[in-house]
Formats: sequence, structure tokens, C-alpha cells
Amino acid sequence: MLFTLGLIGLLTRRNLIFTLMSVEVMLNASGLAFVAGSYQWGRPDGQIMFLFILAMAAAEVSVGLALFLQFHRRHPALDSDTASEMRG
Amino acid sequence: MLIAFYFAALIAVLTTAIAITRRHAVHALLYLIVSLLAVAVVFYIIGAPFLAALELIIDAGAIMVLFLFVIMMLNIGERATEVETTWLKPAVWAGPSALATVLIAELILVAVTSGSSAAPMHVVTPKEIGVSLFGPYAIAVELVSLLLMAGLVGAYHLGRRAVREEEQFGTGTDARRAVFGRDAVHAGSDRTSHAA
Repeated sequence: MLFTLGLIGLLTRRNLIFTLMSVEVMLNASGLAFVAGSYQWGRPDGQIMFLFILAMAAAEVSVGLALFLQFHRRHPALDSDTASEMRG
Repeated sequence: MLIAFYFAALIAVLTTAIAITRRHAVHALLYLIVSLLAVAVVFYIIGAPFLAALELIIDAGAIMVLFLFVIMMLNIGERATEVETTWLKPAVWAGPSALATVLIAELILVAVTSGSSAAPMHVVTPKEIGVSLFGPYAIAVELVSLLLMAGLVGAYHLGRRAVREEEQFGTGTDARRAVFGRDAVHAGSDRTSHAA
């Protein structure tokens, strides 16, 4: 359910910040599925996987936000809501 | 316990749906934080308190602060005071804070009830996670550290290039400001000459 919402957000929004947030939501949803599986079978493996997903999300978000800053510098507009619209 | 689980899951789905439909980024960020808190409560309920704490610290703490920094860096301008007065209206933070209050009430309820009754479920302790993490998953830990290192270097590189371009743009605005300043000086000298 959360994964679907994240996917919808990824497909419908064109703002880069919202795209990053949707990716975050999707990662969280898959992590939740891992933890639910770990709870189902009573093993810690799923939680290890969630730890890895968390680390990957941190790296991805930092690189993505740096890219977003870079993109925003290219557009010499003050309004971030219009400047962050992707064109093409 | 089951009702609490479904309630937290409902709050998570609801706040995520609100978050991806907001038009303003900071409102969406507030709802996304509440969604992460709800996911953390779900973790606590299904027997992973260590991961609930990690979710709070890393996701709702660090990553959201990163988002907030970038959004606030991009909003510096002459609209800042006006935007700030619109953000501080209670309609903006009333919804997220109400949902967060519901979540913390639910967490207290769950903690009290599970403390009184014998916990029937299998709670994975941090020790178990650590033993498994550095036992069969040692190579994966090394790979994740490599990934984090690559992310750090990449973010630093991109941020440095952005700063350098900002310096170029900064000199451009300085030149424009100098032109405006000269115009102002001209106007002032004209006025003084007229007065004279």
C-alpha cells in the first residue's frame, strides 16, 4: 500500500523534491515488508535487510539532494516551485 | 495490540497520501515525518524496537533534516518574511501535530499494556541483530560501508561544484548590484544638483 502510494507520487509529481520523497516512501515500504517477514518467521534477517535499506536510503538521499542543488543552480529563477519543474 | 497496529498503519497510509498531494514542499515534509513516525510505531508493535529507534534517528531525524535544509536553502529571498508568516499559521501544523499526538498516545498505550501482560511475540533484541550482522552478513556490512563512502564522496563533489557555480552567479549579482548602485548614485546626485 505504501509502495503503491510512493509509486503514484513518483509518477504524478514532477517536482524533484517530491520525487525524492516518493523514493524515500517506497524504500520505507519495502523495509516494512522485510520487517514484517522477519516478524512472521521470527528471524533477525529481515531486520538486517532493513538496516541495509536505511543506509542505502541515506546515501541516495544525500546524492539526490546534491544533484537537486546543482540542478537548481542551473536555473536562475528565484521561485523554487517553478524552477524545480522538470522540462522534457 | 492488533487494533493499535492497524491504527498506526492507517495513519501511515493516510499521511503518505496527504504528503504526496500537498503542493508546498514543507507541508509535505511535515506529513512525511508523521508517516515515518507511524512506521516506527508499527515496527515497535511487531517486535522490532531497535529498528523503531533507528527509523526515528536516521529517517525522521537525519534525512528529513537534510530535506529541510535544502528546501530552506532554496527559499532564501525577498519572499522569506511573507512565506514565514503564512507558514506559522496554525492550519499548517495542526494536522501533523494532531496525528503525531494520536501516535504517541497509541505508543504509550502499547508500552503500558505490553509491560503489564506477558509479551507473547518474539521480540528481536539488538544483541541478536548485532550477532547476525557481524556473523553471516559481514561482507554485506563492508559493501554498505563502501556504498556510504561512495555516497559521501559523490555528494561532496556535487556540492562543491554547486558552490563554485554559486560563486560565479554571486559575482554576476554583485555586478548587477554595482550597476544599480551607480544608478542610485546618479539619481541622488541629480537630485542634489536640482536642489542646488
